[in-house]
Amino acid sequence: MSEEHYLELCENPVQFEHASSVNNVFFDEANKQVFAVRSGGATGVVVKGPDDKSSVAFRMDDKGEVKCIKFSIGNKILAVQRTLKSVTKNASVLGFCWTNWNEIVFITDQGIEFYQVFPDKRSLKLLKSQSINVNWYQYCPETTVILLSTTVQGNVLQPFAFRNGTMCKMSKFEIELPVVPKPAKLSLSERDIAMATIYGQLFVMYLKHHSRTANSPSAEVVLYHLPREGACKKTHVLKLNTTGKFALNIVDNLVVVHHQSTQTSLIFDIKLKEPDSAVNMHQPVLPARSIHPYRIPLAGPAVVPSQPPVPCQLYSSSWSVFQPDIIISASEGYLWYLQVKLPPAVILLQDKGKLMDFLLRRRDCKMVILSVCSQSTGEKGSLPVVATVFDKLNQVYKEYLEAEQTYTAAMESGPSRGSAAQKRPVRTQAVIDQSDMYTHVLSSFTERKGVSHKFIIAVLMEYIRSLNQFQITVQHYLYELVIKTLVQHNLFYMLHQFLQYHVLSDSKPLACLLLSLESTYPPAHQLSLDMLKRLSTANDEIVEVLLSKQQVLGALRFIRSVGGHDNVSSRKFLDAARQTGDQMLFYTVFRSFQQRNQRLRGSPSFNPGEHCEEHVVHFKQLFGDQALMKPSTV
Amino acid sequence: MASGMQEKQYTPSLLNFFIYNPTFGPREGEEEKKILFYHPSDVEKNEKIRNVGLCEAIVQFTRTFCPTKPAKSLHTQKNRQFFFEPEDNFWIVMVVRNPMIEKPNKDGKPPTVEYQEEEILVSTERYSSTSLFNGTFGRAMEAGGVELLIQKLEKFFYRYLQTLHLQSCDLLDVFGGISFFPLDKMTYLKIQSFVNRVEESLSLIKYTAFLYNDQLIWSGLEQDDMRILYKYLTTSLFPRHSEPELAGRDSPLRPEVAGNLLHYGRFLTGPTNLKDPEAKFRFPKIFVSTEDGYEELHLIVYKAMSAAACFMISASVELTRDFCEQLDGLVGPQLTLLASDICEQFTVNRRISGPEKEPQFKFIYFNHMNLAEKSTIHMRKTASVCLTSVHPDLMKILGDINCDFARVDEDEEIIVKAMTDYWVVGKKSDQRELYVILNQKNANLIEVNEEVKRLCATQFNNIFFLD
Repeated sequence: MSEEHYLELCENPVQFEHASSVNNVFFDEANKQVFAVRSGGATGVVVKGPDDKSSVAFRMDDKGEVKCIKFSIGNKILAVQRTLKSVTKNASVLGFCWTNWNEIVFITDQGIEFYQVFPDKRSLKLLKSQSINVNWYQYCPETTVILLSTTVQGNVLQPFAFRNGTMCKMSKFEIELPVVPKPAKLSLSERDIAMATIYGQLFVMYLKHHSRTANSPSAEVVLYHLPREGACKKTHVLKLNTTGKFALNIVDNLVVVHHQSTQTSLIFDIKLKEPDSAVNMHQPVLPARSIHPYRIPLAGPAVVPSQPPVPCQLYSSSWSVFQPDIIISASEGYLWYLQVKLPPAVILLQDKGKLMDFLLRRRDCKMVILSVCSQSTGEKGSLPVVATVFDKLNQVYKEYLEAEQTYTAAMESGPSRGSAAQKRPVRTQAVIDQSDMYTHVLSSFTERKGVSHKFIIAVLMEYIRSLNQFQITVQHYLYELVIKTLVQHNLFYMLHQFLQYHVLSDSKPLACLLLSLESTYPPAHQLSLDMLKRLSTANDEIVEVLLSKQQVLGALRFIRSVGGHDNVSSRKFLDAARQTGDQMLFYTVFRSFQQRNQRLRGSPSFNPGEHCEEHVVHFKQLFGDQALMKPSTV
Repeated sequence: MASGMQEKQYTPSLLNFFIYNPTFGPREGEEEKKILFYHPSDVEKNEKIRNVGLCEAIVQFTRTFCPTKPAKSLHTQKNRQFFFEPEDNFWIVMVVRNPMIEKPNKDGKPPTVEYQEEEILVSTERYSSTSLFNGTFGRAMEAGGVELLIQKLEKFFYRYLQTLHLQSCDLLDVFGGISFFPLDKMTYLKIQSFVNRVEESLSLIKYTAFLYNDQLIWSGLEQDDMRILYKYLTTSLFPRHSEPELAGRDSPLRPEVAGNLLHYGRFLTGPTNLKDPEAKFRFPKIFVSTEDGYEELHLIVYKAMSAAACFMISASVELTRDFCEQLDGLVGPQLTLLASDICEQFTVNRRISGPEKEPQFKFIYFNHMNLAEKSTIHMRKTASVCLTSVHPDLMKILGDINCDFARVDEDEEIIVKAMTDYWVVGKKSDQRELYVILNQKNANLIEVNEEVKRLCATQFNNIFFLD
C-alpha cells in the first residue's frame, strides 16, 4: 500500500510558533509568509517564509488587535490592519493586497481602491477606485488578479487585473448555482472558490456541492477559464463521485481534491482527454489515496535522539489549505508544500498510453518514464504497448526538435524586429532523446537474459519505426545496436534484408562495421561497398577496400569513373599491383600511371615526391628499359 | 526466318526423368528395385532398366577421372542428360532432347535434321522443391521404407513435371532469383511491425514471409529456403488462385466478421471458407533447414488483396479451427490495411517517376548475394507461360553469356552484336550480373558502351557496380 501514496508533504516544512491565546498566526499568500504575532506585536512578530532570506523578526507597538498583516513584495513595506472600519468612509474593510512593492489595493464591502505608497513621505496616492458591492474577495498573487463576489447571491464574480500602476476591469461572469435560493441570499461561499494557474492559464475553480433537489448526485469541481482578454468560459468539470467536505490544491499542474471524511485525495489532469465523455468531463487520473503518512520530526537542539518522530494527523480539521500547493496546520505550527510522487502512478495506472500522457506533462518525469520504458520492454511486455509508449515519447521529442530548429533558423537569419520575441525552447524532462533511451533502456535491455532475441529485435525495430514516423534522424549507435544483436544471434539474412530496404541508414561508421563482418558473413562486403558508394563522400575508402582485396584494376577503374584518377597516389596502386605477383597487372597499372603523368605533366616519369623509384626499378627488371614509356615529342 | 515456311522447328523437350538408387538392387535380376521413379511411366520395363544402367555406367566411368566431382551432364548429338546426386546414392536424371530444325530437301529425300548446339538451361531447383515438400529421401526411408519414398516421389513429381516447361525456360530459371518489391522505408517498417506483432500474439508462428504483387518484401526464413518457397508461391500457388481473383468472385467484403472489421483476408492454403462447418484445417507441410538438420512446418498462406503473408508453424502442432479463426480475425484487417497502404505508396511512386516511356533498352539484373532479380524483359511469369518481350534468339544469347560468366571468377563484360540490329551486353561485377538488350540501328561499339554506362548510372546508381 505504501508505494501507492502518490501525494506527500514536503520533508522540510516551515515551522512557526503554533496559534494560541497569546499568539496569532497570519498567512500571506502573496509572499508565502507566516506571521506569528505575539500579544499584538509587542512581544514580537516572527515572519517565516519559504526560505531563510524571507524570514524576519521584529517588534511593534500594541495598538489593538491585528486583523491582517502583510509585507509588500520584497519585504519593503509592512501593512497592518487593526479594525474593520476604515477611517474615511463608513465602509467595512474586507482586506488588502500588495500588488507590487509600493502598490496596494484595499477591498471594502463597497468597492476597491488602488493606491501607490510613498514610504519617504509616509503618504498614499489614490490611483484608481471602483464602487461595487462586495461580499468577499480572492487574490491570485501569481497573476495579480483580484476576484470580487458581487450581487446578493454572491455568484456574479468580477475580476480585476493589476499591472504597473494600472487597474483593469476584466469581464464579469456568473457561477451557475445548483439551487437558486428564495428569497435570494448569499449562496456562494468564499470557501468554494479558488483561483490558480494551471498549464499557464488562470482558472477559477468552483467546488460545486451536491444538492438533493438538483439532479447532481455527487460533488464536482467546475473550472472557469479566465483569459486576460475576452470572456470567461466554463471549460472543465471534474467529477468527484462523492460528497462531503473538500479542499483544493494545485501541484505540478494537477488539480488535487482533498476529501476530509475519507481522508483521501484525488488528482485530475485537465489535459488528459477522456475518450468516451462529453466535452471536458474528467474522472480522477488515479484512484483515491491518502497523502503519504507523515511523521513530525522533533526539531531543535533539545531533541532526545531515541525519541521517535510523532505521526502527524493528516486531513485534520485544523488544516488550512492555500493555493497553489500549501497546507498549514496552525495548531501545530507547520507549513507544508504538497508534492506529487510519480512512481505510484506507474502501479496504479494500467493503461500505459494514458500513463505516458500523464507522466510526460509532469515536472520530474524523466527517470519515471525511463523506468516505464524498461518495464514495458521487460518480460511481460507487449509490442503494441511498447509501440504506444515510443510514439508518445517521440511526439514530445519531435516537438522539441522542431522548436529548436525554428529557433536556430531564426537566430541564423539575424536579429530582425520580429525575432526579438524568439526564446530558446526550454528542454523539459519530458524530452527523452535517443541517447537517453540508449543509455537507460535499450543497451541494457539487449543484454538482458531471459528475453527472447525475437522480442529484442522487434522492440529495437519498433523504436526505429517510431523515430521514422516522426521524421527524426536515427542515430547510428541505434543501428549498431541492431546489427550487434542480429550478429549475436546469427541472423545475417535478416540484417541483409534491413540493409536492402535502407532501414539502417547509410553512414561511414556503419559501412566500416559491415566490413568487419565480412569474415563471418561474406555478403557484408558487397553491402558495405554499396553503402560507401551511396555516401558519395567515401571514394577513398572504396579504393582502400578494393586494394585490400587485390582488386587493383577494379580500384583503378572506379577512381577513374568518379574523376579522381589525377589525384590518387600512384605508389599505393603500384604497391598493391606488385603484391599480387601478377606481372601483367603490374605492367598495366604502371603504364596507366605513366600515361597519367604524361597527360598531367607532359612527361611519363614519376615525380620524386611520389616515391615510386623502387617500382621503376622493378619494372625495368621485369620488362627492360625499352618497355618504359618514352616522353612523347610533340 | 524467311525460310520459316518450309522449316520445322523443334523446341527442347523432356524425354526421360528418373530417380534411382544403385544400392537397392545390386544383384542381377533385381535391377528394377533400383528405380524409384520413372517418367514417362508407360515405358517398357527393360528399357527403363537399360537407361538406368547406362547412366550408372557413365557415372561410374567418369568417376575414375575425378572421384570428387562426378559427371554432371552428358551432351550427345540428339540429347542431353543431367545427373544429380542430391543425397548419397540417390540419383536424379533428366534426359532432354536437343532443339532441332528439320529442313525439307527439294528432291524428295528425307529431311535433314539439324540439332542445334546451344545451352539448355536447367537448374537443380527440382531437387530443392522436392526437399521443401518432402524433406530428404533418407528421412522418408526412415519413416516408411522404400515404399513410402516411392509413393511420395510419385505424388510430387507427377505434379512437378507438369509445371516444367523446358521450351520456356530462360535465364531467370537459371538464376532462380527472387524479385523484391520496391518499398519506402516507412512502409517497410510498418510491415516489420505487423509481422512482429502477429508473431507475438500468435506465438505458434515460427517464421513469416511477406509478399506483395508476387514480389518478396520480408522473409523470416533463411535465404535458400525462401528461394524455393518463393518459386513455389509464384509459379504454382499464386497462379492457381489468381484466376478467381481476377474474376472478382472470391474476395468479397466480409461484413459478417465480428467487430465490424471489414477485410479481404482469406486463406490460400487450408480452409477455403472458415464458416463452413465441414472445413478441414489441413495445410501443406514443408521442410526447411535448421542449424542441425531440418524441420517440418505447416505452411499457411493468407492473402488480402495483393498482399500475402506466409506463416509457418511447427508440424508437430495440430492446427485447429480456433487458431485459424483467431489468425483470420487478427491478420485479416491489418493485412487489408497494409495492402492498401502499400498500393497507395506504389501508385504515388509511379506518379513521381512519370509516365513510363518505352525505353531504348531492356535488361535482366541478378545479384547472387541476395538473389535479387529484376527484369524488364519479362512481362509476367506464370506457371504455364513466360511472356517475354524479346525474340527467343536474343534470350538464347543471354543464356550463352551467362554460361561464359559461370566459367570465370573475374569481373568481365561481353558485348555481342546480334542479328536484326540488336546489341546484347553482359556485365559481371563482383556478385552481380547485368544483361542488356539494346535496339539501336547503326550504333557502334563505343556508343553501345556509352549507352550501357548511362543505364548503370540511372538504374543502378545506388549500388557499387563497376563500369
